[in-house]
Amino acid sequence: MTLMSFVLAFVVGGLICVLAQLTLDLGTNLTPAHVMVLFVVLGAVASGLGLYEPLIEFAGAGASVPLPAFGHALVKGMLKGAAEKGLSGLLAGGLTGTALGLTVAILAGLAMALVARPKG
Amino acid sequence: MKATKEQADEYKRLVMRRSPRPAILRNALWAFGVGGTICAVGQFFLNLALLGGLPLTEAVPLVAGVMIAIGAALTGLGVYDRIGKRAGMGAALPITGFANSIASAAMEFRREGLLLGVGARLFTIAGPVIVYALAAGLVVALIRMLVSGPAGS
Repeated sequence: MTLMSFVLAFVVGGLICVLAQLTLDLGTNLTPAHVMVLFVVLGAVASGLGLYEPLIEFAGAGASVPLPAFGHALVKGMLKGAAEKGLSGLLAGGLTGTALGLTVAILAGLAMALVARPKG
Repeated sequence: MKATKEQADEYKRLVMRRSPRPAILRNALWAFGVGGTICAVGQFFLNLALLGGLPLTEAVPLVAGVMIAIGAALTGLGVYDRIGKRAGMGAALPITGFANSIASAAMEFRREGLLLGVGARLFTIAGPVIVYALAAGLVVALIRMLVSGPAGS
């Protein structure tokens, strides 16, 4: 619980969001959905270059909470699966590594649709 | 008619307020503050998980799940979309924004029924993210294996 871990998470996470915001504002005909897809893909590429895991080790949630971490988790899971089980591991590993988040997201979304009403 | 000094100053202020550059700066500051704050909240849970003895590789997906649940809950309460209006990608890019995109679509399309409304439209934004992340991830993983051998690290 060091103060430094919060500062690093805030600054690095904030900077990644600023990059996304600048992409949205300076790009032409981009919606937030486009930028989300782009940054997930960039996360996968950064993971392939061996850059993303060190960034998580450095900035913690500042790197693991923004969406590029999803692309990184897919690549990491695929490589882990491939090393353990070859082709079947490669194909299954991506969603295995992200299954917890996807499951919570889908079920929480369903729950909100059942109990909440859109505002405005 | 010649403009008075007040009118000229007023005009200058108006131009300053309307011109795009400060808007871009303001958007960036909001994205930084809100995105950073969300990540700092995530760091609190990450620190908890690490204190609880989990290794980083197990703590990270667990924290993602917690943040996703929080993002969905705040969407249900109508809070997240209000934050998002100001924060832009600062609210959309963290994993909570991914949860928000699912929960808000699910809530919005409830009126079209549980199956084809909620069940299908849930993925309006999350769908493209998952599809292209998987495609890009597989390409990256294959290239990585070609370059550094099947062990992958």
